[in-house]
Amino acid sequence: MEQVLTRHFADDRYRHVDAYVETGGYAALRKALGMPKEEIVAEVKKANLRGRGGAGFPAGVKWGFLPKDLSRPRVLVVNADEGEPGTFKDRLIMSRGPHLLIEGIGIASFAMTIHACYIYIRGEFVREAKILEEAIAEAYAKGFLGKNILGSGFDLDVTVHRGAGAYICGEETSLINSLEGKRGWPRLKPPFPASIGAFGLPTIVNNVETISDVPWIVSNGGEKFAALGVEKNGGTRLVGVSGAVNRPGVYELSAGVNLRDIIYVHAGGIKDGKELKAVIPGGSSTPVLRPDEIDVTYDIESMAKIGSASGSGGVIVIPEGTCMVRALMVLMNFYSHESCGQCTPCREGTGWLATIVRRIEAGKGLDGDVELILDVCDNMMGRTICPLSEAAVMPAQSFIWKFREEFDRHIADRKCPYGNKF
Amino acid sequence: MSVAFSESARREFEALFSRFPDREAVILPALYIAQREFGYVSGEAVEYLAGLIGVSAARIEGVATFYTMYNRKPVGKYHVQICRNISCSLLGAEHLIEHLSRKLGVKPGQTTPDGKFTLSTAECLGSCGTAPVMQVNDDYHENLTQEKIDALLDRLP
Repeated sequence: MEQVLTRHFADDRYRHVDAYVETGGYAALRKALGMPKEEIVAEVKKANLRGRGGAGFPAGVKWGFLPKDLSRPRVLVVNADEGEPGTFKDRLIMSRGPHLLIEGIGIASFAMTIHACYIYIRGEFVREAKILEEAIAEAYAKGFLGKNILGSGFDLDVTVHRGAGAYICGEETSLINSLEGKRGWPRLKPPFPASIGAFGLPTIVNNVETISDVPWIVSNGGEKFAALGVEKNGGTRLVGVSGAVNRPGVYELSAGVNLRDIIYVHAGGIKDGKELKAVIPGGSSTPVLRPDEIDVTYDIESMAKIGSASGSGGVIVIPEGTCMVRALMVLMNFYSHESCGQCTPCREGTGWLATIVRRIEAGKGLDGDVELILDVCDNMMGRTICPLSEAAVMPAQSFIWKFREEFDRHIADRKCPYGNKF
Repeated sequence: MSVAFSESARREFEALFSRFPDREAVILPALYIAQREFGYVSGEAVEYLAGLIGVSAARIEGVATFYTMYNRKPVGKYHVQICRNISCSLLGAEHLIEHLSRKLGVKPGQTTPDGKFTLSTAECLGSCGTAPVMQVNDDYHENLTQEKIDALLDRLP
């Protein structure tokens, strides 16, 4: 398997500019600066590069949403707010290959005529922010950032901006508000960020991994990148496997890898020789799968066909012997904590979901509580500004649809059959 | 009703203003500077930043209370934040939270009487492949066990 991103990640020196350049780094930026801008965008479109943050929107198409007139300066924002439970791949890129991201930023900015980029990184990633700052300073010193980059006449400034602990800021309009020094409340769309985004300027927000794929695409061509994946899903993906597996970690795999193989081949199977009970396949917001559902290609369309998603590439593996009510309780506590409070259905709904699941787990569930959860879910779906509400509903509904008997048993027996622990 | 920011903090504020097209955009980084200077974000610090940035104190307060990483009251010398989300829970985080509570003699949200440790639970820290995970001040500690926690906390000065 061709490695687009992780080939040199084992080398500690690779995070520094000299080692990065030795391995061919910044050649793609040099090449791009000599290309017509529309040709770069065309290559990214041909690459079938889908946004790696979770929504999977085609990156080249997104870039095309910027208004044609250049009278207002544009902004590139890199979403490094990696906060979806089960997701830990962007952290790997930033700590092991920060120059991949910086080079991608340079190419994307040039292609879109952008002179200011902000990397919005979650506040907890103090170490990664420092590594990025160092790498950015190196890039300035070598002329890969700043004024007149590599003699091309193109200028670009990159600023690292730290978030401060809020899951919601991974949503792009919330992130923009946070970047502007506000509470991370999502904005109504339209206007879309491409017309009115950060500081009122046309703005493109892309995930770290998405941008980091761009240098390879420019070097090797969009078609070659597309061929690494499957139809409509080009390239490789960083898949993070966590939970009860023998080899948890981040794996760079074809976008067309099989989900069963991710768990049993790459991550080494279930820990302690146990059986698989369930998989949350693409970060905590994606509908849970039963073991008989995992023989599926991990691309966006195939996962959608079985009613779930590969999302942000975070595969959470749940072993036999796990209480699914308790697992859902952990997730509902999370969404309730992270709802920003702006929209009533989400603020109230996530709170009620957590409250009801907590009481079922505590052996105090009431007859009709399962139906009540589903009813609350119905009143949250599609009724809010951003998808956080749905992100809570999808696990709640799917846990009940697929593991209903566990919820019923908690209520009937008035206790948790697993003894209230994992 | 006044706070004394260090000279270097004042210089950092000025540098921040030059990096963003809008003065209000410095609110998040400025709150971090306040927290670093005084250990937490006090009401006085909020007033000071309001004056510096040219907005109301309520505007700053609204931001400071929205994000979890700004401490609105003093915390211990070491702020121990352990993840309680799904991947960490599947690998024993609940037991480690109990262990930390027993060891430090405080519940999550509390500080030890000597002011050395504050224990908090955190939502996903983005390090699920090396779960269970906790953060002590700025540093991550991964693949945690009770023994690792003991060895780490016992050697902190």
